[in-house]
Amino acid sequence: MNSANEAVISVRDLVVGFGGATVLDHVTLDVFRGEILGFVGGSGAGKSVLLRTIIGLLPPRRGSIEVFGTELARLKDGRTRRAIERRWGVLFQQGALFSSLTVRQNIQFPIRERLRLSPRLIDEIALAKLKMVGLDADVREKFPAQLSGGMIKRVALARALALDPEIVFLDEPTSGLDPVGAAEFDALIRTLQRTLGLSVFMVTHDLDSLHAVCDRIAVLVDGRVIATGPIETMLASDHPWLKSYFRGKRGRQGANHAHH
Amino acid sequence: MRSASLTGAGDGDRVELAVTGVWTAESAADLEKLIDEAARRYANARRVDIDLANLDRLDTFGAWLIERLNRAFTVRGSTARLIGLSEVDRGLIEEVRLVDRQPPKRDATVNRILLALDGLGRAMAGIGSSLVLLAHLFGALTIVVLGTLAHPARMRLASTVHHLERVGWRAVPIIVLSTFLIGAIIAQQGIFHFRAFGAELYVVDMVGILVLREVGVLIVCVMVAGRSGSAYTAELGSMKMREEIDALRTMGLDPIEVLVLPRILALLIAVPALTFLGSMAALYGAELVCTLYGGMTPEIFLARLRAAIWLPTFAVGMIKAPFMALVIGLVACVEGFNVEGSAASLGLRTTSSVVKSIFLVIVLDGFFAMFFAAIGM
Repeated sequence: MNSANEAVISVRDLVVGFGGATVLDHVTLDVFRGEILGFVGGSGAGKSVLLRTIIGLLPPRRGSIEVFGTELARLKDGRTRRAIERRWGVLFQQGALFSSLTVRQNIQFPIRERLRLSPRLIDEIALAKLKMVGLDADVREKFPAQLSGGMIKRVALARALALDPEIVFLDEPTSGLDPVGAAEFDALIRTLQRTLGLSVFMVTHDLDSLHAVCDRIAVLVDGRVIATGPIETMLASDHPWLKSYFRGKRGRQGANHAHH
Repeated sequence: MRSASLTGAGDGDRVELAVTGVWTAESAADLEKLIDEAARRYANARRVDIDLANLDRLDTFGAWLIERLNRAFTVRGSTARLIGLSEVDRGLIEEVRLVDRQPPKRDATVNRILLALDGLGRAMAGIGSSLVLLAHLFGALTIVVLGTLAHPARMRLASTVHHLERVGWRAVPIIVLSTFLIGAIIAQQGIFHFRAFGAELYVVDMVGILVLREVGVLIVCVMVAGRSGSAYTAELGSMKMREEIDALRTMGLDPIEVLVLPRILALLIAVPALTFLGSMAALYGAELVCTLYGGMTPEIFLARLRAAIWLPTFAVGMIKAPFMALVIGLVACVEGFNVEGSAASLGLRTTSSVVKSIFLVIVLDGFFAMFFAAIGM
């Protein structure tokens, strides 16, 4: 558990495409246990495609994806697959809360489906998760349509964390939040990652997030991962894309925010 | 790793509880029993030490259960403390310590009769407000129609034709087929029962009048409400959910003019046309059954039909059609605009659009029957 370089996700030579277009072209990437990996790239570069391929929503054309040392695509046994799926949680970009369920029911949904627990314990755990993501108990009977964007993200995070996963996938967690809300959400992710010992795979565009919480950053350009490493490596790089992304006007602002 | 367990030792006053093994979600159901039992057994203990030194793994479920055990003692006034807590688990335990104690509020028990009355009242108010909304949309539509008459260039012809193709042209096969079958079934039943009196010939009268005055237009309206009314509601509803209608408004466009008018206009043209086609198909079905099953010749059927019906019989059905179309279109659009944020609301409104429009079409048909009887048509 404490081996620092144990890869919980390892992607090897992954090729994904739609029709004639190749979106991911021989992508190789590791996510190590206990780290927050920020995954960046231009709009439409295929960041979300990689995320969706790892969690099994898109089929790869070639290459392999191992999660916890098991290659899911080769897995014929549904039970093993479900056991692995239980060990990750996904925060979708729009939250993807079930609109016909209340906040409490949304968080309880995975618990109810996967574990046989007493109603009292399920209620208490849902309350604990809600507290962890920094929401008051009085939102629990509200429906997603009654929540603000920031609250939806928090509830969705609570749902992703409902089963105490080891890996959390975040698809642009701070998009659509105001800078204060985004900073709070970053801090929340960092706190939860430390408390729960999570490995985090975070697709993001938010330079503040990259500076503030990511241990390592992977950059996707033209369907390939062109660089991985901590933010200092990115800032020091001479690659034109990295220069314009991290050292452009907005990039410098992000750095100032993070080190104020 | 050891399996999870909770062992207690000590005399009545001082108790040491040793927590061992893996306290995670998988075993949470068993662990809950363990802690409840321990809390009961050592209910009299004054000082409780919960020893976590032999804990192998902990997640939120386990941490919460330990916290719950802790609270079970402290709430009775005993002193409980956690010892041997590792640095790794400390954060988690401190996190769950912040959780409020109060259990989720269950709805207070209310009088069932009051609840039923409340539901009835709300349903009545709902019917009232939906009629108001219908009138509102009808008014808004009238204003838009008058505006369009004044400036015919504002008329959205392409959109109207597009909707006409969807609700009219593409509905032709299914409508012709259903009405054909209905006509044939009515004729067959008529012949079967009228034969007992030797009155098969009057089946033609019955089919002719029934189809042209009532059945043709009603069947078409039911089909159109189910096929096109529901589609209108779902389209407008999902546009409302994704703020597309608000976007139209902010661009200075009137959603009634852009979205509602072309749709209702398409229905106003399509429903009478479909009613005509449907009535003809039903008569053809009846004629086929009369010749094949009733033993009439086509000439006799046609002669009898000519004697039984006159132009107003046909006109009654056709006059009703546009009014029915208006009702279906208005109900569908009102329901679409009333969709709220959730997917469930979209489903509810679509169902209610179909049910309401079919119901209103039948009610309207009743009024028309009285009206035409009064004026002798």
